[in-house]
Amino acid sequence: MPLHTDRQYEEELQQLRAKILEMGGLVEKQIGDAMISLVDRNSALAREVIERDHTVNYLDVTVDETCTRLLALHQPAGRDLRLIMTSLKITTDLERIGDMAQNICERAIELNQELPLKLYVDLPRMANWAQSMLRDSLDAFVREDTELALQVCQRDDFIDNLTAQLFGEMLSYMTQDPHSVGRATRILFLAKYLERIADHATNIAEMVIYMAKGKSIRHMSPPPSSV
Amino acid sequence: MRQDVDSLDRSSSLPRPSTGGNGKAPAADQSPDTTEIIIRDLCLFYGSKQALHQIDLDIARNQVTAFIGPSGCGKSTLLRCVNRLNDLVDNVRVTGSIVVGGLEILDPGLDVTDLRKRVGMVFQKPNPFPKTIYENVAYGPRILGIRNKARLDEIVERSLKGAALWDEAKDRLHDNALGLSGGQHQRLCIARTIAVEPEVVLMDEPCSALDPIATTKVEELIHELKQRYTIVIVTHNMQQAARVSDFTAFMYLGRLVEFGKTDKLFTTPEKQETEDYITGRFG
Repeated sequence: MPLHTDRQYEEELQQLRAKILEMGGLVEKQIGDAMISLVDRNSALAREVIERDHTVNYLDVTVDETCTRLLALHQPAGRDLRLIMTSLKITTDLERIGDMAQNICERAIELNQELPLKLYVDLPRMANWAQSMLRDSLDAFVREDTELALQVCQRDDFIDNLTAQLFGEMLSYMTQDPHSVGRATRILFLAKYLERIADHATNIAEMVIYMAKGKSIRHMSPPPSSV
Repeated sequence: MRQDVDSLDRSSSLPRPSTGGNGKAPAADQSPDTTEIIIRDLCLFYGSKQALHQIDLDIARNQVTAFIGPSGCGKSTLLRCVNRLNDLVDNVRVTGSIVVGGLEILDPGLDVTDLRKRVGMVFQKPNPFPKTIYENVAYGPRILGIRNKARLDEIVERSLKGAALWDEAKDRLHDNALGLSGGQHQRLCIARTIAVEPEVVLMDEPCSALDPIATTKVEELIHELKQRYTIVIVTHNMQQAARVSDFTAFMYLGRLVEFGKTDKLFTTPEKQETEDYITGRFG
């Protein structure tokens, strides 16, 4: 693709892409650390993650400002317009994922104060799955890879199924032992947070398809087989 | 069952309020009674140099169609074909067909004066006559033989209102038109054009000599004028094309590269050359 004749504009668009990636990288680390704080019962790390969320929020505001400036000053069209629209939406999803990581840490701190209910097996699997969806959606963003983005959209079911499975398991804990209700409920919250992360990753992947092809596949269930 | 996104009608698969959508069909799908101008296989040569190559284009009635493209791409040349203004240039040869309102206008036997009454033109630089405001507007109707004072008064008022100039000019109709501002000059030229009730109004860069406020007024006027006239506008200002037109034709090196609905062409163009041009990645 030829470069923009307006170098300043080209540079600002590149900076926008870079900011989204920086934010994506940070958010990915937030999820990873949040899960470590849970599995390793490390409340100090959990507090660090909570503390770092303001950096994610700061980047969200910066991306918004960059997009507003680009829209006002350059009247973008075509692929540039789609990049900016996509960035505006992606940044909201990334910020929400950051909030989810923060929520995981809050529940982790609470759970770490009690005896473990069980070994965490399904939650780390779900977290890995959600993280890989996020990573791939951001890779798809960088490479404008619609095939990869579509794959991400199609991978959302797995995590929904695990959530349903975990729900059944926690229900049986709670019916057998009322003392487990507090911990089981928190674990269900965790599953919900991870499921939401996967949903946000799916949103990002859908926007990447819009960015690359100009086609909207949002709110299509199931996602299309090809674009 | 999973489907290809292309095979899905998104508008029907999603619940949405019944706004009626923007259900204008692309010009290419228009039935003959909604098409005002049909251009087929149009080639134009300046001497031995070919300036237009096999242009095929349908221009919709009561819609605004914009021609965009870099300098020298042939957009003004194409516009000037529609009222045979190129006849005034030496050594020009035109082949192909242009049908305006059902009439082949490249026919050598055509009454060009009559054609130019039906297809009016507004130029880049406002060119009012050094006469009064009233006489500028009444000039065309007079040439067409209208002598009745009351009738002329009515035409002048209607045309100035149509060009959104009446409120500013009604108390000075008999002052010299050259005393108006640049933006008013251009609206006066538009009033003069619509005074003879054309079917088509061609505009060649109508705002390039105007300041932003005057430009906005002319753009607003274009929106109103399309209720009654078919408008074809050439503009270097892509944002202007995006704002005022329903359809856009992108031209490059004398060829029509892409033609379609304006909102589609400016958000998701089909051709790489169009994408490069509208995003400013050209050359």
